[in-house]
Amino acid sequence: MTEADDQPLHETALVDIHRSLDARLIGFAGWLMPVQYAGIVDEHRAVRERAGLFDLSHMGELFVDGPAAGDALAAALVSDPRTLAIGRAHYSMMCAEDGGIIDDLIVYRLAEDRFLVVANAGNTPLVSDALADRLGGWKAVLDDRSMVTSLVAIQGPLAAAVLQPLTTVNLSGLRYYAIGEGTVAGIPALVARTGYTGEDGFEVFVEWRRGPDIWSALMAAGVDAGVIPCGLGARDTLRLEAGMPLYGNELDRTTNPFEAGLGRVVKLNKPGPFVGREALARVAERGVSRRLVGLVVTGRGIARHGYPVRDAAGVTGVVTSGTQSPTLGRPIAMAYVHPKHEEPGTILAVEVRDQAVPAEVVALPFYRRAR
Amino acid sequence: MAPSERRYTKDHEWVQLDGDIATVGITVYASGQLGDVVFVELPSPGRVLAQHATFGVVESVKAVSDLFAPVAGEVVESNGALTGEPELANRDPYGAGWLIRLRMTNPGEFDGLLDEAAYETLTTAG
Repeated sequence: MTEADDQPLHETALVDIHRSLDARLIGFAGWLMPVQYAGIVDEHRAVRERAGLFDLSHMGELFVDGPAAGDALAAALVSDPRTLAIGRAHYSMMCAEDGGIIDDLIVYRLAEDRFLVVANAGNTPLVSDALADRLGGWKAVLDDRSMVTSLVAIQGPLAAAVLQPLTTVNLSGLRYYAIGEGTVAGIPALVARTGYTGEDGFEVFVEWRRGPDIWSALMAAGVDAGVIPCGLGARDTLRLEAGMPLYGNELDRTTNPFEAGLGRVVKLNKPGPFVGREALARVAERGVSRRLVGLVVTGRGIARHGYPVRDAAGVTGVVTSGTQSPTLGRPIAMAYVHPKHEEPGTILAVEVRDQAVPAEVVALPFYRRAR
Repeated sequence: MAPSERRYTKDHEWVQLDGDIATVGITVYASGQLGDVVFVELPSPGRVLAQHATFGVVESVKAVSDLFAPVAGEVVESNGALTGEPELANRDPYGAGWLIRLRMTNPGEFDGLLDEAAYETLTTAG
């Protein structure tokens, strides 16, 4: 995932804090980001058992305003943001005309005529341009605040207890996939109950220069509870256990939402046309030629991105993400395979360094938190 | 005969000699760079390795790294403890986390490896 571009890397407002914490910094999606501090496994466990703090300022924040903002987004994306109540959010995608996924997104409705679209860092310039283009002709304007917004997430079972004393937002009234406006440590903030870890948690959006203040306030409030800083390495193992796709691994321009098991996100029957509708309607009607499945490797070996998946007849697919699951203590993976293999319990094999290692198809997610 | 001093490679492995038997492992530096080691794959005894040949892999949560034979020889033992406890490669890379033992075919190769000072320079230069 390290990028070897000649382009200088963007730095988040928190980079000096990461350096002072002796984080290992890598180039990711054009940004200099912490991949780990204490170690991926320790950070992963902290989020599952207590809470962890993440700098996600590389993500894109695209605000869409105007009387037709909802209609315009409904035409630009596969979901229907008009159905969102104010203060609620949903998972969405931007697709191309051919149904290929340009990015996966979270859309928050902040007001009747104001939405926030959060995009993946590496795709933000593309999504921003495409959205500006797709909003043309609608009474809606795009305000790309990606470079002036800091995003800090606190994720884990103790996240609410750590955050509540610092914020004016009533967290017990903030449901999963909801967003509220208030202050955190006295700083104006949007507080969303969303995340990418499979745990309860919050994402706090603030003005760029206040990022370090939010981080420090959350760290000070959480240190006694065992809250530790967490990098992109733990974020990746956490989201994989939670069965959440990563753009660039499970999703890209050559995959469509139905193959990824995300057909429910595509609202084919929403009023009005949207980009990709015809192609996606055809996929929905004809079915898919491959399916994203979860795999637990039962033999000795760890499945990794790009490793072939075999059935008795030969290669049937490819691993998109794989690691040793810190929570399960076993190697887990996601892979695209022929749809005939999507039933849990199916035995396949992952080709690990020329050896066929047995793996079993399992239902996603691999990990579900106790509620 | 007491084991020799440790010698090192640019691939961040170490070798220690006891007679013609070379014990091979990864360095503390490599262990730190890899992070949490979660899987180690090693050759069976009897396998003959050329110098620099790939003989296995060590995997962290995030990455797969090849292991290279620092010297030529026949594998006489591989560290079975790493199968159940791969984290030994992090906890005690110069001790219980050793990888393989080789019967060297060309003992002269040992002298061509980096000594402590040269390896120290290598890992602090970057």
